[in-house]
Amino acid sequence: MQREGLILAYSPLRGQEAAQIGSGIALDLARDFAFPTYRELGVAVAMGVDLVGYLASYLGIWHGGLYDPMASRFGSINAVVSGSVLHAVGWAKGAQLSGDGGVAVTYFGDGASSEGEVHEAMNLAGIDKLPVVFFCQNNGWAISLAAERQIAGGTVAGRAAAYGIEGVQIDGNDVIAVLHATRQALARARAGDGPTVIEAMTYRAGPHSTSDDPGRYRSLDDEQKWLSRDPIASFAERLRAEGIADEQFFLAASAEAARAADAVRAGLAALGDRPGEELFDFVFANPTATLQEQKHAWQESTHD
Amino acid sequence: MTESKSTVSGTPATHVRMQGALNLALKHALAEDDRTLVFGEDVAKLGGVFRVTDGLQETFGIDRVFDSQLAEASIIGMAVGLALHGYRPIPEIQFDGFAYPAMNQIVTQMARMNYRTRGAAPMPITLRLPSFGGIRAPEFHGESLESVLAHVPGLKVVSPSSPNEAYQLLRQSIADPDPVVFMEPKARYWNKAEFDPHVPVSDYLPIGRSRAVRSGKHVTLIAWGAMVAKCLRAAELAEEDGVEIEVLDLRWLKPIDVAGLEESVSRTKRAVVVHEAPFSGGLGGEVSSIITERCFDSLRAPVQRVAGYDVPYPSGALEDQYLPSVNRILRAVQRVLEYRRG
Repeated sequence: MQREGLILAYSPLRGQEAAQIGSGIALDLARDFAFPTYRELGVAVAMGVDLVGYLASYLGIWHGGLYDPMASRFGSINAVVSGSVLHAVGWAKGAQLSGDGGVAVTYFGDGASSEGEVHEAMNLAGIDKLPVVFFCQNNGWAISLAAERQIAGGTVAGRAAAYGIEGVQIDGNDVIAVLHATRQALARARAGDGPTVIEAMTYRAGPHSTSDDPGRYRSLDDEQKWLSRDPIASFAERLRAEGIADEQFFLAASAEAARAADAVRAGLAALGDRPGEELFDFVFANPTATLQEQKHAWQESTHD
Repeated sequence: MTESKSTVSGTPATHVRMQGALNLALKHALAEDDRTLVFGEDVAKLGGVFRVTDGLQETFGIDRVFDSQLAEASIIGMAVGLALHGYRPIPEIQFDGFAYPAMNQIVTQMARMNYRTRGAAPMPITLRLPSFGGIRAPEFHGESLESVLAHVPGLKVVSPSSPNEAYQLLRQSIADPDPVVFMEPKARYWNKAEFDPHVPVSDYLPIGRSRAVRSGKHVTLIAWGAMVAKCLRAAELAEEDGVEIEVLDLRWLKPIDVAGLEESVSRTKRAVVVHEAPFSGGLGGEVSSIITERCFDSLRAPVQRVAGYDVPYPSGALEDQYLPSVNRILRAVQRVLEYRRG
């Protein structure tokens, strides 16, 4: 859609489908809450978020998208690397205080694991045994910097021990392994046994964003090696091998996916131009006199 | 704290310190709304380094009033997450200079969440920030961040100048649905003044309104926080020479009371703005611009600014050289009074 000019810039999740779908479907939508970054389309799909509203962010319509993060239990798209990790800890503190059994799941990557806020968040969560799951998608690359130049000691999950919390490194391309690990972490948090760091080892098969050029920093060999471990193809193979799904199933699934994608395309195209007034709305609950004056001045400037 | 205790028991307290008024405002807010939470470094057991939160944990328990780890970004990030869960957080950052490590969360998250979510996730957070200088403190324990914070879309910024203002403004900030940075003038924590917490909320000045704390017809002095008291002192001295100074306590630094500035200066026709923050790029420039835009025809002299110098906040021994003094304020008053068009 970006190549068709429908989307301005997009951060593709290709290669990380198992990590995102496997974790996203584990959440209890009645009481849990996910805190995404800007590459969690798969989690959004798994949690039933309005995809037109989600992708509207990449259309340049509204930074946080048009979906309702509170109703979706899927926080606002956050462009600040590690920006929402502490929010998950605060939300988990709220869940602990209110005793509602909710668990926060925060998504971040190997790059974000270098941010000080991630260390602060794990430390705080460990002290209060907060119901939060730190879901790190280690996709090998933070734009052009390889994970081995990002993570001293080689593992994000390994840090958990120092914070006195659980840490597991899993095959992030195995959707069943991801689902199990996430369910275990959610159950542990709900039981009052505190946070878990899940480090899902995966691969960003595409560029960082549609304006990135991975050819400048990694080899085709590297990409090919991971393509052989494509999470969707290998899960399909497994379903076939174990006799769980037949060709009929895959044909039906492909057709359904195509229909869903068409519906999203149509929905995005139907959004059309946005009212310019939105520039001024939502800064505060009620606009200040100065903002009202600026809005008025803007309105006059559009009548030239 | 004897003052606020006598107030709570119904005996009209006549004089309290700003610190006591703030403590009482927090007490009342915690009692009225279960969703309010007070947290920050050393606020619970110790009662805060300025004792503003003294006794609150004893009264409201460890779930409502708790000590934060020594990680300022976490204090704000935690507040954002709690607000997303439906709470009304009242975090404290111990000293204004300690807000620097939290700036990422303040600017990119707390200030923008309501906008980013199109109003779905409002941030009813009141960030208490002991602010400004005048207490001979170590480095980064006395800063003036108001122009930095007021420039961030989505933040409201306020500073009280007296115990009554402190009580009312803190209650209003906590009740407000938007994030408010509440800049408490450290130098005024221990000054006693008349206090009445029983003023009906309907009699409070609205958010964004300034207050004339002294009327005069020759020149308007505009200030906030601890500088209001200094301007009042300057006004008293000027009165001996027959100069009647109006002192406008701006109170809200975002939103600024444009109408109030216009009303006062169009009467007095002369204005001096006073602040502790460095001169260049300080909020005095904004105030001066507003006055020039609104009162150009009635102005008899260019608006003057009395401010800190463009230097890092100095050590205690040099503090008095840095802060606007009554003498510097009076010299600026003299400049606008004696100004003649060339």
